[in-house]
Amino acid sequence: MSNEPLLSVKNLAITFSTPKGPVNAVRGVSFDLGRERLGIVGESGSGKSQTGRAILGLTAPNGKITADQMQFHDLDLRNLTPRAWRKVRGARISMIMQDPKYSLNPVMTIGDQIIEAYREHHKVNAKEAKRRAIEMLESVKIRDPERVFNAYPHEVSGGMGQRVMIAMMLIPDPEILIADEPTSALDVTVQLQVMAILDDLVRERGMALVFISHDLQLVSSFCDRVLVMYQGLVVEEIRASELDQAKHPYTKGLLNCLPKMDGNHAELPVLTREASWAEA
Amino acid sequence: MNAMIDISKLNAWFDDNHVLKDVDISVPANGSFGLVGESGSGKSTVLRTVTGLVDDWEGNILVNNKELTGTRDKAFYRLAQMVFQDPFGSLHPRHTIDRILTEPVNIHGLGNSDARVVEALNQVGLDNSFRFRYPHQLSGGQRQRVAIARALILEPKILLLDEPTSALDVSIQAEVLNLLTRLRHDLGLTYIMVSHDLAVVAHMCDDIAIMNHGRIVERATATQLAEGKLDHPYSQQLYKAAAGYDRAVVDSFVDWD
Repeated sequence: MSNEPLLSVKNLAITFSTPKGPVNAVRGVSFDLGRERLGIVGESGSGKSQTGRAILGLTAPNGKITADQMQFHDLDLRNLTPRAWRKVRGARISMIMQDPKYSLNPVMTIGDQIIEAYREHHKVNAKEAKRRAIEMLESVKIRDPERVFNAYPHEVSGGMGQRVMIAMMLIPDPEILIADEPTSALDVTVQLQVMAILDDLVRERGMALVFISHDLQLVSSFCDRVLVMYQGLVVEEIRASELDQAKHPYTKGLLNCLPKMDGNHAELPVLTREASWAEA
Repeated sequence: MNAMIDISKLNAWFDDNHVLKDVDISVPANGSFGLVGESGSGKSTVLRTVTGLVDDWEGNILVNNKELTGTRDKAFYRLAQMVFQDPFGSLHPRHTIDRILTEPVNIHGLGNSDARVVEALNQVGLDNSFRFRYPHQLSGGQRQRVAIARALILEPKILLLDEPTSALDVSIQAEVLNLLTRLRHDLGLTYIMVSHDLAVVAHMCDDIAIMNHGRIVERATATQLAEGKLDHPYSQQLYKAAAGYDRAVVDSFVDWD
């Protein structure tokens, strides 16, 4: 599981300059990513998505990234040119976003979009690309790949759309897949089905997966290791199987404030935030 | 009958699409009823039909022993108010909180709006400093509190809650759920709450119905739900899914299309 890291991030900080002054979205995050499933959990504004985006060079132009190290194999991700980024992004590190409704092109058929992604990184003819695309749609358990291939995004359901996104992101065979709330817009059962597909593909291909989510319970049932973020800091790193032994009050608070199915209507424990959690 | 809300044989259509099929729900005064289901199951449509947002329906809806007909009168909206899922979409972006809260008071000609606004804000745990802010200056949880205050300002007996916390972080969700529980207790409110989250509904409601494709497939009490005593395979599947990711469980899932 944890052999030599694919990606090593040390002391990553992201600061956005806004009209109201600088905002420190991420403040010194460090982690090594091997061929494993790493979860990043936190509430809105904790910096979890910005951490994911920085690994892909997708930070907004008003954001400034500093890091002691951002090493992907022999590549230093800190100072890649846009041209060099294009060789990494999609081909070697890829990302699945939250809502397939907004991340698929509405006026292009699904098949054409997958083919476009594939041919961007592989020199193959149209026929071969189509064969690969159909194969990929099958591997994300779409029962009627021919129909979906010719369909437009609005003609498929949310769960189907997210499977299409996964197919599109995996077709260039990346080494790292970053999934930013990939299932939050989906129904619970569909959510788990999509996760099972991710799970299988990650295992079969020996990929590394970074799973970003607000749902601590879900992430810990799925990932090997979890980073808990609060206001731009990693406050706790824990093996997912040992979540019940979490030490940080924030992690415990997040777990406790979930309603439980115990037939008890008593008040839910509320998270009382302490200023010290946000101190680096 | 002393039910606050009594719905029987409710059917509804969107054009040719039959979206509610013989739905029966009865909620006693000060009770809390939960509707659970996945997208497209018709759970929100039940609330929207009661509150008059769906035109094409048949069946009987009795609210406070009064039968609802074609259009709802003002008296109905003093009795029943709805809180929507998205606190970003349900508050007017260019109205201050004060104006958002004053509007229903004026529509109903209740008068004394100043004191009512202060009291409504107080009830949802927001202090007076929020009164002259705009929605974009508030966090998601604060906005949802304003939406609840707007419903409460008419002193209704019934709140129809459509996924009131699903757009919020879990820690904020806990605060809003506690607020709703306290308000029901203090003000003697009756709730129908719609959610996709079994745990939320199990926590908030005494009686629960699970919907699939416009039909109620199973009813349970909070205690039965806590013990996992569910008969219908669809509800069992939902129950298992709520427990988190488990490869073996996922393989046992059946599509209910």
